[in-house]
Amino acid sequence: MEALQLEEYIEEQCELKTYTLEDYEGDVPRWCKGCGDFGILSSVQKLLRDDQVAPESVVAVSGIGCSSRFPHYLNTYGFHGIHGRAMTIATGVKLGRPDLKVLVTMGDGDCFSIGGGHWLHSMRYNTDLTVIVMDNEIYALTKNQVSPTTHCGTSTNTTPHGAVLKEMNVLSVMLGITNTSFLAQTASWTPGHLDKTIKAAWNHKGTSFVRVLQKCPIFSPQAFGQDGKVKAPFTFLRDENGIPVDKVFEKMAPVIDHNCKDLDAAKKIAMMEETSSPLGLLYHNPSIPTYEESLHATADKITPEEKVVRLNEELDKYTI
Amino acid sequence: MPHHGVLTMKESKKIKLDEHIVEFVCDAGEGAQKAAVSFAKVSAKMGNSLWTVEIIPSEIQPPPHTMGSTSGNRIRLSSKTVTNGGNLTNVVVAFNEMNLLSRIKGKMLADDVVVIIDNKWANDPDETIRKQYREILDELKAKGADIYEVPIEEKTMTLIDNPQRGKNMVALGMLGYLYTRDMDILADEIRSIFKKKSKEIQDNNVALLTLGYELAKETINFQYVIESTPFKVPMVAMNGNEAVALGAVAAGFEHCSMYPITPATSATHALSEYFGRMGGIVHQAEDEIAAIGVALGSYYAGRTTLTITSGPGMALKTEFLGLTVMTETPLVVVNVQRGGPSTGLPTKIEQGDLLSSLFSTPGDAPKVIMAPTDIEECYHVMITARKIAEEFRMLVIVLTDANLATGTQLYPRPKLSTESFPPPMDMSPIPVGTKPYDWDEETGLSRRIIPGQPGGMCRTTSLNHSPEGKVNHDPDMNQKAHRMRSRKLMTLQKSLKKPEVYGDKEGDLLVVSWGSLKGPIDEAVDNLRKEGKKVGAISLQFLSPFPPGLKEIFSKYKKVMVVELNYSDDWDDPMVNEDTRRYSQLSMLLRSHTLVDVDCFTRVYGRPLMPMEIYDALSKRLAQK
Ligand SMILES: Cc1ncc(C[n+]2csc(CCOP(=O)(O)OP(=O)(O)O)c2C)c(N)n1
Ligand code: SF4
Ligand SMILES: [Mg+2]
Repeated sequence: MEALQLEEYIEEQCELKTYTLEDYEGDVPRWCKGCGDFGILSSVQKLLRDDQVAPESVVAVSGIGCSSRFPHYLNTYGFHGIHGRAMTIATGVKLGRPDLKVLVTMGDGDCFSIGGGHWLHSMRYNTDLTVIVMDNEIYALTKNQVSPTTHCGTSTNTTPHGAVLKEMNVLSVMLGITNTSFLAQTASWTPGHLDKTIKAAWNHKGTSFVRVLQKCPIFSPQAFGQDGKVKAPFTFLRDENGIPVDKVFEKMAPVIDHNCKDLDAAKKIAMMEETSSPLGLLYHNPSIPTYEESLHATADKITPEEKVVRLNEELDKYTI
Repeated sequence: MPHHGVLTMKESKKIKLDEHIVEFVCDAGEGAQKAAVSFAKVSAKMGNSLWTVEIIPSEIQPPPHTMGSTSGNRIRLSSKTVTNGGNLTNVVVAFNEMNLLSRIKGKMLADDVVVIIDNKWANDPDETIRKQYREILDELKAKGADIYEVPIEEKTMTLIDNPQRGKNMVALGMLGYLYTRDMDILADEIRSIFKKKSKEIQDNNVALLTLGYELAKETINFQYVIESTPFKVPMVAMNGNEAVALGAVAAGFEHCSMYPITPATSATHALSEYFGRMGGIVHQAEDEIAAIGVALGSYYAGRTTLTITSGPGMALKTEFLGLTVMTETPLVVVNVQRGGPSTGLPTKIEQGDLLSSLFSTPGDAPKVIMAPTDIEECYHVMITARKIAEEFRMLVIVLTDANLATGTQLYPRPKLSTESFPPPMDMSPIPVGTKPYDWDEETGLSRRIIPGQPGGMCRTTSLNHSPEGKVNHDPDMNQKAHRMRSRKLMTLQKSLKKPEVYGDKEGDLLVVSWGSLKGPIDEAVDNLRKEGKKVGAISLQFLSPFPPGLKEIFSKYKKVMVVELNYSDDWDDPMVNEDTRRYSQLSMLLRSHTLVDVDCFTRVYGRPLMPMEIYDALSKRLAQK
């Protein structure tokens, strides 16, 4: 771009200054009617608008699945990668460019199954990423196969007589990993709670992991109800440091007290998943260092000229 | 008992040589490596060219006095430039007979090899050891070896109590005598190795060195003289992995994302060191898939990043290689090839990953493949690879090998400047309406947009996409996108030079190769031409795209033959016929590229081919119809 254009551009930008929701709208979403992913998208868009985040400073990274189409519908930078590997790409973006804000969206198959290894290790790296898993407890894009979070007994195309394995308690898994610094659970059908959870995640420095229980009226109505009514039982977590529980929620489900700074308490709450999904901030520890901070701390910034000097010093060691 | 302490002080006979190969082997921990490296360094200082290969035991702590415990170095010394490990070994210094046996079994020793061995085993209390020592030496002698049984340990103990800590210096002194090395330079070198130790320790080691020199003088009545003229330009000595790592820093790489795998790992060790002082980072990922995923994400975000691996790791990266091509993200992947398939020969050389590098990804994935031919090129290739990756928004795979990775070569010290670094990250605003894949119809090239650039917000996707970066399933758009990615390869191809022919520009036989076989092939060609044979050779630095003019070059010869290190069926195998014969990797590619009946000669010995083996194969091919 020419220098002159640059000036014009800056002028233009200064005039516009405030971002509206439209500024964050990408392509028209192509999810099914009633899909829980819509709510998650608008939650993120509202957050960016509220915080007036420059669209160019955000990179949304995803894998493959219905949920992973997410970056196409958000007008930031977006990387729609390959199945299961979103965490690796996102880690690279953040290590390469700590100045960018990185959002990761994945499906349950994407994150917990094919991406399982990366999921566990990424939690331990604690790179500054906001991670949202849209968990519809099913492989949706490939049309109805069992996922690690599909409930035991559920009939799918690969388990027509009912899934034989008990579902994976992904919350307990994460609370067992060193360096897990932010773990929350929310649902696509509790918009107010969803917004606040995603906002808290966005504001956390480190890997903030949000599992969103997501309605897929097409393939997992048994979990969330074809009629839109939620069948699975859930419980809200009340915590002054956590996600505020509005009055309306109190009518929807039981509310219990929790302290998100207490890892042991969080582990007990995670076990509730097997009977009634806890919604709220399970665990939060803002003092764990991020991976990029730790790595970059040892790497000092030097000029190209200084680099040539130091490289010459290295070559000296090999010189006869 | 040998007759040391002889009274006669005859002048030794001086034998003039152009080059020689000497090995120094011992049990792991007895210090042969250290002594051999000093020997090599002093030879280089005196002005000899060299190629050094480490001899490494296959386990971390192998039982001593076994074949598996052999550790040491093999050094090819020459008065001329050396580009490879050469032929059979001329001189071997061994501390025990099992070390020697491992070299015999490896078929590395010349029949008339000069052997210097510690004679203490001749009188070992254990009868089995006495017997095997004698048998091994007798067998060598029968073949024509010239054997010197020397009381190395016994003599060492006249100066120090623990011979394990000094007999390597005695042996080094013996080599110093044998090769008429400048003993002052050698003593200085030893002092500098022990510069952190006391003066007493330094003096002791120099005394051991002198002892060895005198011992050799008493025992051996000849000395070798390999002419040496000190180099006019400063020279560096390093292995190929260090060269790749230094080249990467010189090319401006700032991040490396890797997962440990032999024989690639040492390159990332070196990078970790350099980055520690030069502001980069090495990320050890949870596996090779993550390693390339992180590298790709980082490069996508504008940071110059590479990943380094070997065969099995390369296999795991496959899906990401395709993603790199599809998204037109620049990326450099170094594959230090080892023996395959599967875990194969982890520490040994093979050139077996050419076709899998080209074709492993699903669908058509045009990419650049480069192969350095020696260690000097390992350094320079990194700079070219980075530039191509960024200019063409392409995946560049650099294929080196275990031979380059662990060999040490002497080459002119590279001149450094900021010019080899990439320009600063482009953070300028993007004009409204700029497309992320605004392909130029003729070249396939398009401007790369980097996250953070204002106004450039766009999607990068693994799905087929339009110039706007939007998911697209139209038949014509898929056809076009493929054509555009392919076109970039064509654009690069047009900028490449026709390969230079070594030897005869026309004649009876053309040898085609890639990677580290260039050196030994050129030597074989030299020897054939001395006999009046009309032979030429070309080595391909670019395997994808091929350089221009191959068919024309091929047409100037009666026969064309590829020599490389991957498996193919031998034509003279009685079981093989035209229908069943499986060709080698490069020959397959060249046959389809040129429609010329390209033959091949290949071996998978887990070591480079020697010039003399190639000479034999070429002679045989020349003699055939
Ligand atoms: C390597 C690879 N294996 C398999 C697939 C096929 N595939 C695409 S999406 C998907 C699962 C999607 O399920 P999930 O991650 O839960 O996302 P959802 O569609 O439910 O949002 C699979 C198996 C693929 N694209 N790549
Ligand atoms: S199949 Fe389910 S998850 Fe996929 S878009 Fe439709 S509703 Fe959403
Ligand atoms: Mg799913």
